[in-house]
Amino acid sequence: MNRPAAAAVTGASLGLLNCHVCGQLSRAAAGAHEAHVAHAARCPRCASALHLRKPDSISRTWALLVAAMILYVPANMLPMMKTSSLFGTQSDTIMSGVIYFWTSGSWYLALIIFFASIMVPMLKMLALVLLLVTVQKGSRWQREQRARLYRLVEFVGRWSMLDIYVVAVIVALVQLKALATIEPGPGAIAFGAVVVLTMFAAMTFDPRLIWDAREKNDG
Amino acid sequence: MADAPNTPPRLPELPDAVVAPKSGRSLQLVWLIPLVAALVGGWLAVKAIVDKGPTVTISFHSAEGLEKGKTKLKYKDVEIGLVTDVALSPDTTRVIATAELVKDAEKYLVEDTRFWVVRPRISGGTVTGLGTLLSGSYIGVDIGKSSKGRHEFVGLEVPPVISTGAPGREFVLHAPNIGSLDVGSPVYFRRLQAGQVSGHTLDKGGRGVTLKVFINSPYDKFVNTNTRFWQASGIDLSLDANGVKITTESIVSILIGGLAFETPVESTDLPPAPADTQFKLFPSAQLALKNPEPDVMKLTMVFNESTRGLLVGAPIDWRGIVYGHVTAISPVTEKTKKTRQFNIKVEAEIYPQRMRPRDAGDAPVLSNDRRRALMNTMIERGLRAQLRTGSLLTGQLYVALDFFPDQPKIKTKPLVKGALANDELPEIPTIPSALLELQEIIGSIGRKIDKFPIEAVGADLQATLKSATRVMNQIDNELVQEARGTMIDLRAALVDARKAIDAADAALRPNSPLSQDARDAMREIARAAAAFRVLADYLERQPDALLWGKKGEPPVEKKEGSKSEEKK
Repeated sequence: MNRPAAAAVTGASLGLLNCHVCGQLSRAAAGAHEAHVAHAARCPRCASALHLRKPDSISRTWALLVAAMILYVPANMLPMMKTSSLFGTQSDTIMSGVIYFWTSGSWYLALIIFFASIMVPMLKMLALVLLLVTVQKGSRWQREQRARLYRLVEFVGRWSMLDIYVVAVIVALVQLKALATIEPGPGAIAFGAVVVLTMFAAMTFDPRLIWDAREKNDG
Repeated sequence: MADAPNTPPRLPELPDAVVAPKSGRSLQLVWLIPLVAALVGGWLAVKAIVDKGPTVTISFHSAEGLEKGKTKLKYKDVEIGLVTDVALSPDTTRVIATAELVKDAEKYLVEDTRFWVVRPRISGGTVTGLGTLLSGSYIGVDIGKSSKGRHEFVGLEVPPVISTGAPGREFVLHAPNIGSLDVGSPVYFRRLQAGQVSGHTLDKGGRGVTLKVFINSPYDKFVNTNTRFWQASGIDLSLDANGVKITTESIVSILIGGLAFETPVESTDLPPAPADTQFKLFPSAQLALKNPEPDVMKLTMVFNESTRGLLVGAPIDWRGIVYGHVTAISPVTEKTKKTRQFNIKVEAEIYPQRMRPRDAGDAPVLSNDRRRALMNTMIERGLRAQLRTGSLLTGQLYVALDFFPDQPKIKTKPLVKGALANDELPEIPTIPSALLELQEIIGSIGRKIDKFPIEAVGADLQATLKSATRVMNQIDNELVQEARGTMIDLRAALVDARKAIDAADAALRPNSPLSQDARDAMREIARAAAAFRVLADYLERQPDALLWGKKGEPPVEKKEGSKSEEKK
């Protein structure tokens, strides 16, 4: 297997911009060599905004990531679901659900919930932090692995919505008034926000930055 | 690609990107997102801290139904807290539940706030806590009124019947026993449930029971100082001189017991009694509502007979109308000149008002002296008291007042003015009861029978029988010998008789001389008869032959004639 060349020729290195809308290649204006110039380029053909790298990728990703991390706390502390039935009212957080399933013998369900709803969002956030930190430091450490990690993070993001999906379906189905009613708790909103924010964070992160390090160092 | 970096490859002519001025936002809006998140998170955290209410510990006998993190504290069914921990007390005698209350609960935690575990419970005719069958137990809270705060409580084992804020008043009842009452037993007013028994304690020394009853508003205003409470517990089956009587309040109270109260009509205008007023608990409605007679006259009667079956409270009856009742029965000794006599003194109250005819109207009530004089007159006319059997079934006695004009006259003591003021009570003379008379008659018969010398008579009889036996034996011996001789004689006689009969038989044989003679004689008679017939025929033909005779035989005619005349 051929390892990619240490110094790859990229659009950025050539000062070429690719329009994401019409595919027109254009030359970046002088001084627009760097990704963080104060001037916005536009496609000469369709006038879409052009950029060498996603604008403000790192800071945006950081912002979204921080928000997600903040909301991760209430998402796990607040009840996800409020079950009112003849037997009384019960509020369940994600963790109490996991414990319930674990103690009642359904350990596989407990594991699924634990991984899908607690581990995955946390690992996702940690992965993004790792990517951001390494990119900001311009590290060349394990670039290929990090690129793979990024793909994994982006792929896995949508599956974290499983919990929200289950809650939404149950809440819609179990509305038997006096007998049993299930309402989403504030935790569900926070959790949904965490998932959405991490997905956005993954989206705003520009994986090309992983590979830019070398170029910068060399440049 | 292997070319030197930064050396643009040969490319077709490419247009330059249009340079547009960058919009002037220097501050990146994206940082608002974590800011909002931080605000929300911070707010939630602050809220959690601020909302954290006080913590209480409640100790219970057992942790039945208490679950850490699940059991709630409810006041009027509003959740005000959650049990966060259930643990044993250090000395392991009790269970200590720690609960976290809602934010503003500090003011609920006062000295007289009560906690108890709500479980399904059936008592006092009510079923409570059924919901907890499904939802699990919870800790009921009754918030007190005290202003002194407190954080450690002892839980009640039995839920309080009355919550602190309930409108109404509590009263205290004294009873000799609790009957079938219990906490929660209903209190009825005109058969409406007006309250509940809220507690009971044994009096000091165990001489009685003190009950607390809570009368709900608006019924509590019908309780005044003259209100009577009575046991409406179960079935009141009374056997008295009036027979069998069954009284009940309601089916529910039959099953679970209960109380009832009522205020006599004449005292309904009194102001309502203050809370914690003490009342006496009567055993029955009848006793409770017995009208306090305004006019009571006491009298005594001395009976010289058993008063078994006469109870305190037995009626004094005058021709079927109850005029009073017995208040005391006690023995007395009565000294006469010769002997001491033990008698039974019966004290009674009578209500002279009841003697008044209904149409007496406003006729003035007689003074005591007048009454006394009237009574003396009546006694002189034969007024007597007599014990009578009220019910054959129960053997209960009552005192009957009636006139017995046949009785020997009794001289009443001369009246002293204001005699009733003295301790001496007027006495009504008594006569023995009808039953006693009967008993006396039977007794005298018995005594006579008793006096009869049965033993002496028996001894005599025995001697007589002995001599009789002797006589009989004697007779037996002599008679047998005599009889034997007689029998021998008799046999000889019979032999002789047989001989005689044989002789007769021989004599009467056809060829015996006797029969020969008899035959000859008969023949002679036949001949004579023939001759007579000839004569008769002759005389028929010639009757004159009687006068004139047969020619040559006149004397015979005469003889025949006398004969025919005889026939006629």
